[in-house]
Amino acid sequence: MGYPHKPHPQETVVLSQYFGDPEARTYQGWVKRGGYEALAQALTMEPAAVTEVVKESGLRGRGGAGFPTGLKWSFMPKEKKKVHYLCVNADESEPGTFKDREIMRWTPHALLEATAIAAHAIQAEVAYIYIRGEFTEPWAIMEKALAEANAARVLGKVTIHLHRGAGAYICGEETALMNSIEGKRGNPRIRPPFPAAAGLFGLPTTINNVETLAAVPHILKRGAAWYKALCLSNPKSTGTKLFSVCGHVQRPGNYEVTMGFPLKDLLYDMCGGVPAGRTLKACIPGGSSVPILNREETERTLLDYEGCVAAGTMLGSGGMIVFDDSADMVYQIMRLARFYAHESCAQCTQCREGTAWTTKILERILAGQGKTQDLDLLLDLSENMTGKTICVLSDSCAAPVVSGIKKFKNEFEDYIAGRRKPVMVA
Amino acid sequence: MADELTNLTIDGVSVSVPNGTLVIEAAKQAGVLVPHYCYHPGLPVAGVCRMCLVEIEKTPKLQIACATPVAEGMVVKTQSASAKDARQGVLELLLINHPLDCPICDQAGECELQDFVFQEGRSGTRYAEYAKRFNPVEDFGPDVLYVPNRCILCTRCVRFMDDVAQEPVLNVSERGDRAYIGIHPEARLDHPWAGNVVDLCPVGSLLSKDFLHKARAWELDKTASICTGCSQGCNVTLDTRDEVVVRVRPRPNLDVNRYFICDHGRANYRWMNRGDRIEAPLVRRGGDGELHATDWDEAFAHVLGILRGASGKAVALVSPGASTEALSLARRLFSGFEWTGAFQVVMGEEAPLAGVPNLALRAERAPNAKGAEGLGYTRDYAAALAAAETAAVVLVLDDPDCAVKTAGALIYAGTILGPDAACRAADVVLPIANVAEEDGTFVNRDGREQRYFQAKPAPGMARPAAWVLGELAAALGAHEVA
Repeated sequence: MGYPHKPHPQETVVLSQYFGDPEARTYQGWVKRGGYEALAQALTMEPAAVTEVVKESGLRGRGGAGFPTGLKWSFMPKEKKKVHYLCVNADESEPGTFKDREIMRWTPHALLEATAIAAHAIQAEVAYIYIRGEFTEPWAIMEKALAEANAARVLGKVTIHLHRGAGAYICGEETALMNSIEGKRGNPRIRPPFPAAAGLFGLPTTINNVETLAAVPHILKRGAAWYKALCLSNPKSTGTKLFSVCGHVQRPGNYEVTMGFPLKDLLYDMCGGVPAGRTLKACIPGGSSVPILNREETERTLLDYEGCVAAGTMLGSGGMIVFDDSADMVYQIMRLARFYAHESCAQCTQCREGTAWTTKILERILAGQGKTQDLDLLLDLSENMTGKTICVLSDSCAAPVVSGIKKFKNEFEDYIAGRRKPVMVA
Repeated sequence: MADELTNLTIDGVSVSVPNGTLVIEAAKQAGVLVPHYCYHPGLPVAGVCRMCLVEIEKTPKLQIACATPVAEGMVVKTQSASAKDARQGVLELLLINHPLDCPICDQAGECELQDFVFQEGRSGTRYAEYAKRFNPVEDFGPDVLYVPNRCILCTRCVRFMDDVAQEPVLNVSERGDRAYIGIHPEARLDHPWAGNVVDLCPVGSLLSKDFLHKARAWELDKTASICTGCSQGCNVTLDTRDEVVVRVRPRPNLDVNRYFICDHGRANYRWMNRGDRIEAPLVRRGGDGELHATDWDEAFAHVLGILRGASGKAVALVSPGASTEALSLARRLFSGFEWTGAFQVVMGEEAPLAGVPNLALRAERAPNAKGAEGLGYTRDYAAALAAAETAAVVLVLDDPDCAVKTAGALIYAGTILGPDAACRAADVVLPIANVAEEDGTFVNRDGREQRYFQAKPAPGMARPAAWVLGELAAALGAHEVA
C-alpha cells in the first residue's frame, strides 16, 4: 500500500509517524518536526548515561534476535583504548520484511540522528550504515540526508559512512556484514571473539538494526518510563514494533503496534483479513526464518518476543507472511528452502549441502516422485541442520520445513500418495 | 606453574594442558582424535566443516572442538550419542556430492574422508537424487591439479595461500552447494611453497601432478629424513615404493619447518633413484693402468697403502651434502697430514614462506655446509683445488663434478662417475650410498643437528661413506682431530 495513508486507529504511531510525509525527508523539515533535539540532548550526557536510559527502557533488538539493546551497548569496553565502530544493519533481506526500507525512505534523518546518538553512547568515532544493495531509493535518500546533516554539522564527532551491499542475504548476519564492509567475502565469523571485543577491522564494534536505533531518539526525548509503559502483555517486551504484512491480506503494508498486540487483530482488523471468500491457513510472523503458525496458533498469538515463543515461533524481524486456504504449503516451503539454498555462504557443511538437499527433496515431492520416508528424512536432515553451524541460516531453512511438516503433513502426504496433481518446478 | 594449567576431562581421561589450549589439541593429549577436516594446527582456525562437534557438559549446544578453548573442570564427550549423530550427519552431507571414486583417487588410503566415513559414517546413503554436482578438473599450477568433485570445501588451501604463503590467489567461489575453490583468473598456483596445499588437502581434491597415479598410499614405506635441497634442514618423509623414492612430504617440526616444505625440496628426489651408480670399488692396477672393479678388501688395502706411504700435504674436496659422520671421519683419516678441507655450495634464489618466521628455501642449496664448517672444512674451494695440485694425497668425497688435478694420489668416494669426470683419474674409487640409503646427520644453518634414516638399500656394493671412511680410519688407528 502506498503512502500517504492514514494510520489505523489501533496503531501506536511512533516510528512511522511521518511515513508518507515528503517534507520529513529534508533536514529543515525534520528539524521542524523536533528532529535532532534528542541528539543535542544526548551529546550533553555522559555516554554511560545514554546507555543507562536505553537499558531502562527495555528496548530490544528489532532485527530478529531480540537482544536487549542497552545491554549490548554496555559490552563495549568502558575504558577507551582503541577506535570503536558502530554498524547499522540496514541490509534488510529477510523475505517478508520491509520495515527498515520505509524508515530510510521516509525518515532518513531519524536514522542518522539515532546513529549519532548510539555512536556517542558506545564512544564510536565511525559508524557504517550497511544498506541492502537492492534498496536503490532508500540509498539515494540516505545519501542526500547524510550530505544535508554533514553540511549542517549536527552529527557531533561521529563520521557516518553509507556502505552499499551487493545483494547477499547472508550479509545481514552481523559478522558477515562486518566482513563485507572490510571488503571480504560475506562469510559469518565464528564467535568468540564477539563484536564488542573484536569486530569490524578487529576493533570493538556494536551492530544494531535500523528499527532498533530509530526508537532511541524517542526514548531519550520522552523518557525510558514512557517507552517501558508501551506494553500490552509481557513486561520484557516494551515499545512499538513495525510489522510488514504481506501475502494473502486485503491491505498489506507496514503497521506499528505496541508490543503484546494480538496478531489476530492485526490481521483481521488492520489488514482487513484474507480476501473475501477465503479463510486463513497459516502465518509466518517474523520473517521467513521462523516456524510457521497454523490458523489456530495465529489467532491466539500475542505479538511480542515471549508471546511468539509461547506460540512456538519467534517475533523475528516482524516480516509477516500470510497464507489463505488457496496456498500450497509444500510449494511455499520449497520456495523458502530454495531461497536459503541459494543464499547459503557455503562455509558450514550442514548448511551448504543440507539446504540444497532439502530443496531437492521438496522439489521431488512436488513433482509427485516423493517417497513415504521422505518426510522422516526431511525432519532428520533439519535436525542435523539446527544448532550446529556458525550462523543461523541453516536453522532458518530447517524451521519452516519442520513446522510445515508438523502442521500441514496432509498436504505433503497428498503429493506423495498421488492425490494431488504434481507441480513441476523450474 | 600450576595456575598456568587447565584441568579437564575428555572421554573420561583427565588431562592438564596450558591455558588457552583448544579442546581438539587437548584431546590429542588424552589420546583422543576428534575427527576434523578444516582444522589444521598450522593454519588459522576456520570452524567451517563442523565435523569436530563435541558435547561439553553444561553447554546446551554441541561445540566445535577446534575453536573452543579449554576451561577448568570442563567435561568433554566426543563419543556421546549427540556428538556421534552430528558427525554422522556431516559425513552423510559431505558424501552426497562426492564421486566416491576412491579406486582411482591418489588420496585413497590416506584420505580423511575415507577414514572417518569408514569409522563412523552411515552404511548407506539416503540421497535418492540421481545427479551429483559436477565440475571439470582444473589445472591450478605447475604441480597442482584441482578435482572439484572431491572437494569438501574445508578451505585449508585457501587459508594456506592467504595467511601462510601470503599470496592470496585461491578463494571460495560461488555460494551454497555450487561453491568450489576458485583461482584468481590471472594467477597460477606457482608460489614456491604452493605444493603444500596438496598435503593440506584432507581429501583427493588437490593433487600433485608429479605423484599423479604413481602409487597407492598403502604400498608406500615411509622414512624420516632431512631435505637436502638447502641449508634450512626441513624435516621430510621419504615415501618409497619397491625401493624407489616416489614422493617427499613434510614431516612436522615446529622449530624448523612447521608443517611445510617448499616445492624445490618436494621435487628434489629423483636423483636418489638414478641408475648409473658406481656399484663396486674400483682400483687402478694391472698393465693397462685402467680402473678395475674389485672387492672392498682390495680397495681398502689400496687406500691404506696410499695413506701409509704418503706424508705432507693432504687435501679433501667434499660435498656439503655428505653426512656429518662421513665428514668427520674423512678428516680423521688425515690426522697425520698437513690437511686442507673445502667444499663448494651451489647458490640459488632465496624463497621465504612469509607466514612462518625463519623458514625459507635458502640461497645456499646444501644441507650440511654448517656441519662441514664446524669440522674445519672451508669455503675456499679454489684455494683447496690449487693446493690439491701439489698435495701428496687428495680425497674427493661425493663431489662428482670436482675438477680436481693432482700430482699425488687421488681417492674418490662417490655415488657416480661420469664419462668425463676428473675423478676418472683416481687411483681408487669407493662406491658410497646416497642420503636415502644411509643413516646420518646434517647440521642446518641454525646449528641444529638432525638425523635422517635409510629409506632404501644402496645399489651393489656401495656402502655409507661413514662406514667406508670409518673402516679406513680404524685400520689406520687414526685418532679424532681435536
